Amino acid sequence: MTARLAVDIGGTFTDLALERDGQRWTTKVLTTPKAPEEGVLDGVRQVLATAGIAASEVSLLIHGTTLATNALIERKGAKTALLTTEGFRDVLALANEARYDQYDLNIELPQPLVPRRWRLTVPERLDNEGRVLLPLDEAAVRAQVGFMREEGIQALAIGFLHAFVNPVHERRAAEILREAWPELPISLSSEVSPEMREWERFSTTAANAYVQPLMASYLGRLKIGLREAGLGCPLFLMLSGGGLTTIETAARFPIRLVESGPAGGAIFSAFVAKQRGLDKVLSFDMGGTTAKVCLIDDYAPQASRTFEVARVGRFKKGSGLPLRIPVIEMVEIGAGGGSIAQVDSLGRIQVGPESAGADPGPACYGRGGTKPAVTDANLALGRYEPTLFAGGSLTLHPAPALAALDAHVGEALGLAPEMAALGVIEMVDENMANAARVHAIESGKGYGGRTVIAFGGGGPVHGYRVAEKIGVTRVLVPSGAGVGSAIGFLRAPVAYEVVKSLYQRFATFDVKAVNALLAAMSAEASAVVAEGAFDAPTGETRIAYMRYVGQGHEIAVALPARALTEADVKAIRAAYDAEYTRFYDRPVPGSDVEVLSFAVTVATRVADVSPAEDVLAQPSPAPIRTQQVRDTRTGEVAPWSVYDRAQMAPGASVAGPCIVAEAETSTLVGPGWTCRVDGLGYLELTQESR
Amino acid sequence: MDALAKIQRQIQWNRLIAVVEEQAQTMIRTAFSTTVREAGDLSAGIFDLEGRMLAQAVTGTPGHVNSMMESVGHFLQKFPAATMKPGDHYITNDPWLGTGHLHDLTVVTPAFRNGKIVGLFANTAHIIDIGGLGMGPEGRSVFEEGLYIPIVKCFEEGRANETFFDFLRVGSRTPVELEGDVYSLCACNDAGAKRLVEMMDEFAMDSIDDLAAYIFDSSLTATIAEIAKLPRGTHAAEIRSDGYEAPVTLKASMRILDDAIEVDFAGTSGLSGRGINVPPAYCRAYACFGIKCVVAPEIPNNWASLAPFRMVIPAGCILNAPRPYPVSVRHVVGQLLPDLMMGCLHQAVPERVNAEGSSCLWNPPLRGGAQVSGQESEVEDFEIITFNSGGTGARPGKDGLDGTAFPSGVRTMPVEATENVAPVIFWQKQLRPDSAGPGRTRGGFGQVMEIGAKNDAEFAVNAIFDRVANPPKGRDGGGEGAPGWVGLNDANGTVLRTKGFQVIPKGKRLLLKLPGGGGLGDPKARDPALVARDVADGLVSPEAAKRIYGAG
Repeated sequence: MTARLAVDIGGTFTDLALERDGQRWTTKVLTTPKAPEEGVLDGVRQVLATAGIAASEVSLLIHGTTLATNALIERKGAKTALLTTEGFRDVLALANEARYDQYDLNIELPQPLVPRRWRLTVPERLDNEGRVLLPLDEAAVRAQVGFMREEGIQALAIGFLHAFVNPVHERRAAEILREAWPELPISLSSEVSPEMREWERFSTTAANAYVQPLMASYLGRLKIGLREAGLGCPLFLMLSGGGLTTIETAARFPIRLVESGPAGGAIFSAFVAKQRGLDKVLSFDMGGTTAKVCLIDDYAPQASRTFEVARVGRFKKGSGLPLRIPVIEMVEIGAGGGSIAQVDSLGRIQVGPESAGADPGPACYGRGGTKPAVTDANLALGRYEPTLFAGGSLTLHPAPALAALDAHVGEALGLAPEMAALGVIEMVDENMANAARVHAIESGKGYGGRTVIAFGGGGPVHGYRVAEKIGVTRVLVPSGAGVGSAIGFLRAPVAYEVVKSLYQRFATFDVKAVNALLAAMSAEASAVVAEGAFDAPTGETRIAYMRYVGQGHEIAVALPARALTEADVKAIRAAYDAEYTRFYDRPVPGSDVEVLSFAVTVATRVADVSPAEDVLAQPSPAPIRTQQVRDTRTGEVAPWSVYDRAQMAPGASVAGPCIVAEAETSTLVGPGWTCRVDGLGYLELTQESR
Repeated sequence: MDALAKIQRQIQWNRLIAVVEEQAQTMIRTAFSTTVREAGDLSAGIFDLEGRMLAQAVTGTPGHVNSMMESVGHFLQKFPAATMKPGDHYITNDPWLGTGHLHDLTVVTPAFRNGKIVGLFANTAHIIDIGGLGMGPEGRSVFEEGLYIPIVKCFEEGRANETFFDFLRVGSRTPVELEGDVYSLCACNDAGAKRLVEMMDEFAMDSIDDLAAYIFDSSLTATIAEIAKLPRGTHAAEIRSDGYEAPVTLKASMRILDDAIEVDFAGTSGLSGRGINVPPAYCRAYACFGIKCVVAPEIPNNWASLAPFRMVIPAGCILNAPRPYPVSVRHVVGQLLPDLMMGCLHQAVPERVNAEGSSCLWNPPLRGGAQVSGQESEVEDFEIITFNSGGTGARPGKDGLDGTAFPSGVRTMPVEATENVAPVIFWQKQLRPDSAGPGRTRGGFGQVMEIGAKNDAEFAVNAIFDRVANPPKGRDGGGEGAPGWVGLNDANGTVLRTKGFQVIPKGKRLLLKLPGGGGLGDPKARDPALVARDVADGLVSPEAAKRIYGAG
């Protein structure tokens, strides 16, 4: 079989995973921000050499990058102009006229990507049904070219009111401008994000334009570099929504690439869920600065269409630029190994979002850090063996960790440093559990009865306690957790999602119009996927976003992937009521239901995974040592056995409290929990009912 | 108390704040009124059995802060905790027992664990229509302002009170939304109660009394510590509102004591004959908010953290409206209170205080169809309100915010969404150049809005605008923000009244120019690069840059 290679460019590291015939090789190299393709090519050479595989044997390369995200955060994109409806010059600046923090008088709001002097207006206006109220002033469009050239504009977004209903004016304006200035890259709101809500749509379109020149140039250079390195295989890009797309589509809609790394992590979890036949999962990825939580139902990560990028207010919701693109829905909070703890004016322990980063890092790194981080607290609780952290590559120093905990937490609260450490860990676990809970509610989902899939450096350490806090009794720690996102890329389907608004009420449901729209959307998505599917079988899912008339938030209801009949309409309405009742206990009497928009996703079918077979019980290995560990629930110190994961055969199980150690991380098995190795070599933690 | 218990109390407090946030999010997800789901005009909190608030969701708006907090006590007076049963939900919109006008519904729900009542959840939401004259200042008594709901059970042991819902439905122009909203408010309290019980199970708690005592003690101590950082003294300030029939003066004298801040509103104008009067709970809410933003912004809201802020509101003044005075648009006066409080605090801690802002929301309540034009109507019946704002005051070190709500915590709705639910067309909604009060740091810019009905049909506005005759003032040498303006888009610039029901004739549009925020410090001391930026952005005219800022 031929080899498949995945490359995930992150902020610090570029991760690579190569697979052939069920074998896997992984590599981490430093990211090279100025010319990211250099790091990629370096990593590719390394991983191929390690595996002893020739470049020509690689049949597919899958790539994800934070380049677009970084350009948005650091404001290093193109000089972008926005052409918009006269009278609406400041949609990007006025946003929703709100503050994301009620009490902070010194609040900073995110600045628009396009400054006012480059927000240009032309007379034109459509109404909410797409009828022309004021024709497009074509001369006014043409007249903007001179100014844009003078200002050195490099990219243009066009966003007109109600263009998602009728794109006629946007298209005509683009046509005029392309004639006058063929090289200018243009993004249309009716193509980038054809949905209601002008601020979100214009923001998405402006962001697309803003990153487009940069991404197009990078992808071009990468393609050439790869070809020179002997990789003539197709290159696919990982999308924020969890699917793969061609380089051409990626260059047109680069904004759909922003969250590709975390999306890979979610796909990784979804794949693990499928291997194990777990239909309700909470994916928990805890790294150095943040933790990401994502709900996975029926082996598919939860999809969403709203996302915020480049938050300016400490991860606060509402402090970023809104993007309406297909994304994997997840919540990211400032809770990681490097998150710093302090005591606030009310004597409460606060953890994060400030992070010690890699330099100086937590106090226990012994590199001069004096503030206590989560890693310091874990060490003070006895959870880490100082000489064996991160595979022994970094020796931890307990003394500075205890000193930092004492100075910044213990003293203020009258707690010994070890108990201060307990407070820090309980608080960070609580924060992650609260984020998971509120996220589930916001998504209209429950969290009870799920399995937590824990990965990233901190996931296996904190997994069982976070699970306890949300009432979950099963935690799974897969292998390969350190490069989970890159592995996820290898599991992603070639997929494309098209979302369109078409307002419908069930009382007056227009089956013909809906079928026509869905057929057109299906054709559009299929065409994109066909470019990269290489005749692989594809599947299609259709979704309607529905709510009671007058409500503000929609629930996704699946539609059959075929032309609808009148009979279907009733069934869909009933499915909505059932879905609503499931979340909110009672349906609302007397309300009609409306559909706001439809989504069609076409994706190649992922090879079926047969659920892992159960394995016979094997004897548990002898512990390699014991550690004195303080339990965060009771505060008691006891010797915890430490087992070597490599010595645990499938079927072996050990009883908590204990630690299962491996090079990349340690899995903590709390009191009352049992850890068993499954047929795939994954650790499965279960809690006896209390 | 041992170390572990000490830590667990903190965890429990943290959890309560997450629980009330979950409560608020459930409301936003399930509410029908745009005012709740889009604008976020709501609040949610948990209370002990004495009606003292332990925690409040960060999602929500300040007008509900103190007012909802006081409200639960009134519920308990009528329905003592001992008489409450699982599945009960209690409701009111009484302006004096709730949050200050009939448009706000407050629902209280008991939480039970093992058959024993352990706490109360309350929430407040601004609903879109409650009948009567509609949201606006025209009422001459509260009886004209809409359906009046005393404290009653809307659900009794899980069963809907159908008599109540019958009355509710017939009393509103938007019956389906209103009924749906009541269901939503009950569901969100249930969600909170469920989580509270789970937490009590997890920590084996029999009651929340110890936790409450800890929260109150920490919050009070921390608030007093912040007050102690202020210089002692008494500071007076006043502010003017355009009022309805006559201008209204709000006066305050603030005494900063060792462990409390006392505000006396003596000298404030008397009551109005129209619905701009402020019930006392609403006055306390916004006055507290203004003080807290400056003095103790980090401390979460609860009964104890708000207790050190005491208000003396003389009888007969517009900030202490008695029943049955009309109060529908109490926000238009009440939202000036933070500016008034900052006027006092500026004398104590000038480096922590903003200039005055546009402050009062510029919400145009719009109505059209037969209720305005009778049988001649050319559009379907509609009733809609959008939440819009002018500029906020300049800040020490930072400019004010353009077109942003402050002190209100609401968001606006997208124009495309508004046009989808009512036959209106917004022809303009953009920043208003030269409206920001000049200063070393300038105010935020106001905005211009031009609104017509579809086909320029006749429609009406129930105006509730302020800061037209009395623009936001600057401080420390900063200039005034531009005054607001209300009128028609016609050639002669027909001016409309700032308050009251007015018809926009066929063929005409409503034109609103929202005020800018006041400036802070000498404009001549402003960084020339920032002046140049504003000129390049078309927000400050070259002429104004030269005249006011001495540029170029």
